[in-house]
Amino acid sequence: MSDNAIIVENVTKRFDSVTAVDNLSLEIKWGELFGLLGPNGAGKTTLLNVLATLLEPTEGGAQVGGFDVEHDGKNVRDIIGVCPQEPAYYGHLTGRENIEIFGTFHDVPKEDLKERTDELIKKIGMEDHADRKAKEYSGGMVRRVSTVMALIHNPKVALLDEPTVAMDPVSRRAVWDFILELKEKGMAIVLTTHYMEEAEFLCDRVGIIDEGRLIAIGSPKELMEKHNAKDLEEVFIKLTGKKLKEVV
Amino acid sequence: MKLRRIAALVKKDLKVFIREPASMFLLILFPLVLTLTFGIAFGGIDTGGASEFRIGVVNMDANSTSAEWSDSFVGNLTDLNGTAVSHYYTNETGQTDLLNGGLDALIVIPEGFGNSIDSYWDSPIDGSSWENTTIELYLDSGSMIASSAIPPMIQQVLFTTFYGEQAGSMELPIEIGSPSLVYVSDLSQWDFMAPGIFAFSALFMIMTVAMSLTVERDGGLLKRMSTTPVSASEFIGAKALTYMLVGMLQVLLVFAGSFAIGYRPNTDASGIAFAFLIVVIFTLTAVGMGLITAVISKSADVASGVAFIFIMPQMFFGTFMPLGGLTETLGTIMPTNYVTHALTTLFLRGAPVGTLSIWVDLLIVAVVGVLMLAIGALLFRRQTAKQ
Repeated sequence: MSDNAIIVENVTKRFDSVTAVDNLSLEIKWGELFGLLGPNGAGKTTLLNVLATLLEPTEGGAQVGGFDVEHDGKNVRDIIGVCPQEPAYYGHLTGRENIEIFGTFHDVPKEDLKERTDELIKKIGMEDHADRKAKEYSGGMVRRVSTVMALIHNPKVALLDEPTVAMDPVSRRAVWDFILELKEKGMAIVLTTHYMEEAEFLCDRVGIIDEGRLIAIGSPKELMEKHNAKDLEEVFIKLTGKKLKEVV
Repeated sequence: MKLRRIAALVKKDLKVFIREPASMFLLILFPLVLTLTFGIAFGGIDTGGASEFRIGVVNMDANSTSAEWSDSFVGNLTDLNGTAVSHYYTNETGQTDLLNGGLDALIVIPEGFGNSIDSYWDSPIDGSSWENTTIELYLDSGSMIASSAIPPMIQQVLFTTFYGEQAGSMELPIEIGSPSLVYVSDLSQWDFMAPGIFAFSALFMIMTVAMSLTVERDGGLLKRMSTTPVSASEFIGAKALTYMLVGMLQVLLVFAGSFAIGYRPNTDASGIAFAFLIVVIFTLTAVGMGLITAVISKSADVASGVAFIFIMPQMFFGTFMPLGGLTETLGTIMPTNYVTHALTTLFLRGAPVGTLSIWVDLLIVAVVGVLMLAIGALLFRRQTAKQ
């Protein structure tokens, strides 16, 4: 098996006249937690959707776990866990039922499903709410359940699109701990976020995308040193803010 | 295709139905309410008790020398089961009651009525010597039943008046071989409508399928599911299976409701089993049409309206609505028409379950169902496919 869990080679994705991802290449290793940063509309979600087999690249190609996303989608879907930006869940089902049905979709053995669901519910601090209908949840609770729905089957590759948006600090910390635990198990994780402290705390490496292009890649420390910045937020503003000023 | 995933999706859909009041009403309560209200309104209760027709009589021949004939006519009319006779002195007062809905029919016995009958009996074979008169019969134009049922009743009364009580038992060289007319006359309107109610109830699945799919699509659930190993065939197979189960429940409810109000179909257990089978097969058509509706609808609200494009023609040309002329022609392309035809053959005509025509009906419903499901699935997959 290759060292790389994800290989993106010159991927371009266009929607009519709009280029969402522009000739982007990167590699992510097994056990690596990779952060995708960028302003709104930079192309982060589009790239995740290509990796999740939801979109076909216009040019270039990508592999997840050694499987081509275009031609081997079924095998890719067997090994990934996807947490979408907008949490999609069955409002009339309870949080527990939502988690269990996604576990079944991913063929988690019946005998393990309940135990694993209980364990993850506890990890995200939802023990008291797991048997309420999901439509009654707050935004933060929905996000926590949505994250677990993506990870119930211990995927080899996790694609998490802004999983901690709208969470209170305690919930966010619980999800961070959960993600770090998964990384320790060797899972490759791609995480998009607007929270720079989150990327700095969690990610082994980050890639900053702007207008569909990868404009910087490296560990948070490397990027801070290279751009002479005190934190990742300053790096981000220097790289993307400069561009904005030029446009203005 | 993994059965465990399909079972999980079916279980999920059933839970959503139970927890969603609108779905519960449309799929579960609606068939029951429909059966009970239509059944009660159209005579399901007290089956066999024929409707009573209110008939007004103006006897213009009451004072003639042969008044016994008009008295006999009125007597025979009064004695006839299912009539309530009232007397009017003038045509005008009778017409007023008829116009106001107080009567189903008004009969005006003309002057000379008795003389006409006398002239007949004086020379039964010489028509030129008869004194001809005409009974005026006015029917309630607002009542479809009165217009069709009363004229033959009056004919029967006139026949009895001419020939007496023995008229019905007169020996003639020609006999009517079947007593079916007498048998059919015992049936209520509900007996004729009930076979159509089964397809009618199942029709509304089109709306619930379309709405549930648009909700799942717009809520991002289909997209999310597309990132899991669940295949399109597992997803659509689960939908079809779910609605087949709902279809079985609907048939059970329609039967239960009908039985509760006294309906007894003229069939045995095998006929009832056939009803389950044909309605369950019909649900494939409903799911297919639901998929198509979802594809052409931008939201669940729009889907609930668009669904009527499929529901209305099948309702009016294929269930218990009267057919004839153009509607009968249009009915031949409605799958509901074949469901109703098969169930009418079983429940009303009392045909055995081995009757060829009901199996032909089932075959047509099955072929249309599979086709509609395939078309719906194809369009739906194309719409939700990756770009």
